[in-house]
Amino acid sequence: MEHSPPPFFKTGPTPLARLLIFSTLSLVLLVADARFQYLEVLRQIAAVIVYPLQRIAAAPADIARRAGEFFVTHSALREENARLRQENLASAQLLQQLKSLQAENVHMRGLLAARERTHTKAALAEVLYAARDPFSHKIVVDKGLQHEVRGGQPVIDQIGVIGQVTRAYQWLSEVTLITDKDQLVPVLNVRNGLRAVLAGTGNASTLELRFVPLNADFQNGDRLVTSGIDGVYPAGLPVAEVSNVERNASYPFARIACTPLAGVNKNTQVLIVTVERDLPERPAAEEKPLRAKRSRKAG
Amino acid sequence: MQSRTMAPQVILLPIKPAFILATLVVALFVNLLPWSGWWLWVRPDFVALVVLYWCIDQPRKIGFTAAWLLGLLMDVADGSFFGQHALAYSILAYAGIVLHRRMQRFAITPQVLHVIPLLLLNDVIVLLIRMLAGADFPGYPYFLSSFVGGALWPALSILLRLPQRPRTDPDHV
Repeated sequence: MEHSPPPFFKTGPTPLARLLIFSTLSLVLLVADARFQYLEVLRQIAAVIVYPLQRIAAAPADIARRAGEFFVTHSALREENARLRQENLASAQLLQQLKSLQAENVHMRGLLAARERTHTKAALAEVLYAARDPFSHKIVVDKGLQHEVRGGQPVIDQIGVIGQVTRAYQWLSEVTLITDKDQLVPVLNVRNGLRAVLAGTGNASTLELRFVPLNADFQNGDRLVTSGIDGVYPAGLPVAEVSNVERNASYPFARIACTPLAGVNKNTQVLIVTVERDLPERPAAEEKPLRAKRSRKAG
Repeated sequence: MQSRTMAPQVILLPIKPAFILATLVVALFVNLLPWSGWWLWVRPDFVALVVLYWCIDQPRKIGFTAAWLLGLLMDVADGSFFGQHALAYSILAYAGIVLHRRMQRFAITPQVLHVIPLLLLNDVIVLLIRMLAGADFPGYPYFLSSFVGGALWPALSILLRLPQRPRTDPDHV
């Protein structure tokens, strides 16, 4: 197919040689990135190069939305205003209760000499675009390292948890949604305090509870909130509702499907939560398994 | 009489490297638009299409380096593993460069029959890497975008050839 050119035309290495060079380079990058996470610096540099394109590409949708907001009718605004007023009144009452409860809580924790619970701050971020990758559920938001967003921070909307910052660039950050297959959230059943791990399934409307024993008390309609014991999510944020419990004795664990409460795929604005807490240091990992193995060999 | 499967012989103006660069940037831009829902499944990879077009049309002006760098940028924008799109685009560029003599002989419509398998190959490489890394098979609609890409090929080649068209009719004095 490819006729070799006469030697007086210099064309450099043959296409096959170039293919080998570039695919080896790509494979090295793949392994270095997937296995060892060496390439964060390179990724940051490339992210700065694509950043203007990302912003410009997100602009048309933004402009369309703002134009839509501009052309609202008078009556729609009035209705919304009345509704918000009512909501505000309702939440003001709750807020007053919350304040007195918080004061009471601080007092009682002081009496018990218990460790202070977390303080959280939240920063508003705009969603630039949703995942363009059918394999993973990610969104890109317009706050990054420059706005003190760090990897690992939880992301919420007005109802509950929608995901977690998995990679922060200079002016952008990548949020993995709780529906992503690899995303785990430690949760607590509000009704009875049972703890479990909630995992995404890759499906936008289903989550599943993993490794829950068959006889665990989970029912349809149970609300799951973050447990806060991981030190990543603040405790008590609503996450999901149990939608289907299937107990089959042939499996070791119950299959519990849940639906996310927050609008995981709907929001254009999200809150990035900063959790300030001073956890005691983790105990150093012990070499127990090794010893156990040795003793088993000896025994 | 001219065969319908053969490309018509027209002497084209030389291409400007800036134009190639601009089309590649525009392709990257279109890929970065906020596609969502079903559009995500039918959206062809415009960068792959344009890289393939230039590798076939101008294999001396553009090649592996551009394809590979664009692949890296796509990886960052998608938040996927580094080198995934870079590998796929390099192989696509190789196919384009090796096949360019053959492809240039064909008219636009039969070229589509070459383009679709190449785009499928591109998708399969990305799919393989993702599945090796532990992703689930996303379902057969995943391959739909290659066919949409093939369908867009005629429009794309007319569009990208526009600036090379001779401005005056050579038969007209």
